[in-house]
Amino acid sequence: MSRRKLSRRQFVAATALSSAALITAPYVRGAYAAGTLSIGLWDHWVPGANKASTDLVNEWAEKEKVEVKIDYITSNGRKNEITIAAEAQAKSGHDILAMPTWWPHAQTELLEPMNDVMTPLIAQNGAVNDTVKYLGQLDGKWHAVPFCIGSQIKGPCSRIDLMKKFANIDVQEMYPAGSQPKADNWTMETFLKAAEACHKGGVPFGIGLGETSDSVDTAGAIFQSFGAQLVDAKGNLTVKTDEVRQALEYYKKLIAFLPPDAGAWDDASNNRWLVSGKGALIMNPPSAWAVAKRDAPQIAEQCWTHGFPKGPKGRFAPHLPYFLAVWNFSKNKAAAKSLITHLSQPTSIEKLVAASGGYDLPAYEKLTTLKTWAEEAPPKGTLYHYPNPYNHQILSIAASPAPPKVAQQIYVQATLTKMCLRHGQGEKMESTLAWAEGECEGFMRS
Amino acid sequence: MVDVTFQSSRVAGAGTRKRTSLRAAMKRKSTAAFLMTLPLILLIAILVLYPAFYSLHLATLNKSMQRFVGFGNFEFLFKRQTFWLVVQQSCIFAITAVAFKALIGFIVAHFVHNIPAKGQRKWRGMLLVPWVIPPAMSTLAWLWLFDPSYSAFNYTLSFFGIGPIPWTGDAAWARFSVILVNVWFGAPFFMIMYLASLKSVPEQLYEAAAIDGANWWQRIWYVTLPMMRNIIAITTLFSLIVTFANFDIVRILTAGGPLDHTHIFATWAFRLGIEGGDIPLGASVSLFMFPILAIAAIFILRDINKRGNEA
Repeated sequence: MSRRKLSRRQFVAATALSSAALITAPYVRGAYAAGTLSIGLWDHWVPGANKASTDLVNEWAEKEKVEVKIDYITSNGRKNEITIAAEAQAKSGHDILAMPTWWPHAQTELLEPMNDVMTPLIAQNGAVNDTVKYLGQLDGKWHAVPFCIGSQIKGPCSRIDLMKKFANIDVQEMYPAGSQPKADNWTMETFLKAAEACHKGGVPFGIGLGETSDSVDTAGAIFQSFGAQLVDAKGNLTVKTDEVRQALEYYKKLIAFLPPDAGAWDDASNNRWLVSGKGALIMNPPSAWAVAKRDAPQIAEQCWTHGFPKGPKGRFAPHLPYFLAVWNFSKNKAAAKSLITHLSQPTSIEKLVAASGGYDLPAYEKLTTLKTWAEEAPPKGTLYHYPNPYNHQILSIAASPAPPKVAQQIYVQATLTKMCLRHGQGEKMESTLAWAEGECEGFMRS
Repeated sequence: MVDVTFQSSRVAGAGTRKRTSLRAAMKRKSTAAFLMTLPLILLIAILVLYPAFYSLHLATLNKSMQRFVGFGNFEFLFKRQTFWLVVQQSCIFAITAVAFKALIGFIVAHFVHNIPAKGQRKWRGMLLVPWVIPPAMSTLAWLWLFDPSYSAFNYTLSFFGIGPIPWTGDAAWARFSVILVNVWFGAPFFMIMYLASLKSVPEQLYEAAAIDGANWWQRIWYVTLPMMRNIIAITTLFSLIVTFANFDIVRILTAGGPLDHTHIFATWAFRLGIEGGDIPLGASVSLFMFPILAIAAIFILRDINKRGNEA
């Protein structure tokens, strides 16, 4: 076996070359030269919607040479919220995490400021509504970026035929596809009369009085339309006011026309109510209609998503935005911000909205008239008014304008629906108010 | 030089002694037992002790977890109406459920014990099914049976002109429902423990009782129950701990509603700590279980010890 001898000169040359290669290696643009990034997104209800976000992320990763890991985290069993809480405690986890409604405020001390991302996005895509600002900003500074996936408006989804037959209301005429709403008569009083008529007709409105989000959101919008706040923006208790009393009185009348078991409803109950054909109206994003399209097409053909009725203090619709937030312990903040910017581009948003069948809502005003909402069917135009294209209703979240950390407690503890249910079940108004005031006092602890 | 020689022999002597004592220690049964249980001790330290002390630490912080507040969270809780409602419900839930589980388990164990040995295995297997299925899954099936609008129970009852019953919509019925599901899930555990205990009661005792003219009740009261006392006590203690700490059944079935009337410590702690973003308060609620269970454990274990010493 012959053995080649390595001369001293060759050895020095080889060592020098190897050292040079090792030192310069990080500056050679390889497949993942810009490092790695992990992102936790909400696991979408709509089949196939996750693929659109995966494609967009991969498209960016390819271009920027970043290795990206995506986790789709379900909201079933509050797994997404548990993940947020766990990562905040561990100060470790995803670089970017999708956070629903109250969570950016709850974790604000641990989030990277996002003004440098939001300022150009607003300039490009248009302004965002006040609820997005309320939830995404602290002292005028953005701590998360509103994200289209998971954001929704929980307005009425009515049965065209049943509303015509029992309440003599033509929802398509009131909210015509492709043009301005003609909903001046769509008030809380009309709504109550319609609820009564449909109840008499055996197809009650499917509005829950439970402790989950759908029930709370509807109560929140109705309270706001009466100007009723439990805690004001400055953190003062405003439970014992005439506005709150009016809202409670209204709810007491409404409860008489709702299903008797509404107190036990969860977020799936109203969907089932619509799909089974038992009710004339529910308050939901188009997910219930999407399920009906698959399981009960004859019901889906009769569904029309439209605006909320107007109360004495305005027309409010429940809005639940999602956000993308970057932890301040993220190791690749620059890449995280770049990816968020990519996902917030009009072309990306258009793809995401289309993939969700119109369920997802962008926060920006220039993006509320995408063709998906005009074209989704049956019937054609059923989702046209879902993204509030004419801004004829104020998008709001229950318990606002209380300081977000207090409002989160009011929302999560379902104080509004509990008040309605207590008073509706015969508790005296003043006792209900005293109970609610005690609860809110407790929520103010810092 | 002499000194040095002397010192080196002393060091060598000490080393030998150390090796000998180490060898002796290694030979001791207690050392071997300790080493063999060490992995488990470490596991418990990491998964139980550390979280327990961490939650103690969390319970002493303010809402934003930046300030030490001592017992401030507990003082706050003691003033809350909902907290006392949760304490009351947790006690009703745990005590009622454990009592029914023990009673049903005892009765069923007797039935199974009296089945001829040939067919007994099948019955034992079938009766254990509720306990084997993960409760998160089986409770989902119960949820559909109790569904507010489409309850299969109500559908069946409607044929007899009964109902509809608001299984999860009315406070009393909702409490009944969560207890029922817990009993359904936990009774097989009591059954199998009692069955094992029944099998260890010497047959001669029953024969002697029969000769003395004891009826079936006297046989149970004077023979079976005294022989099973320790198993009953330990099973009750174990079940009380698990039932007090229950989460999944209540969470899935009612999520604490209606109007907080089915919340127990764990579900309310989750509502406050995770959903409400107030982790210190949630930790305080979950820690409140500890003294209640500790007192129960002391009494039950003391009783077992006493009987053990008597024996």
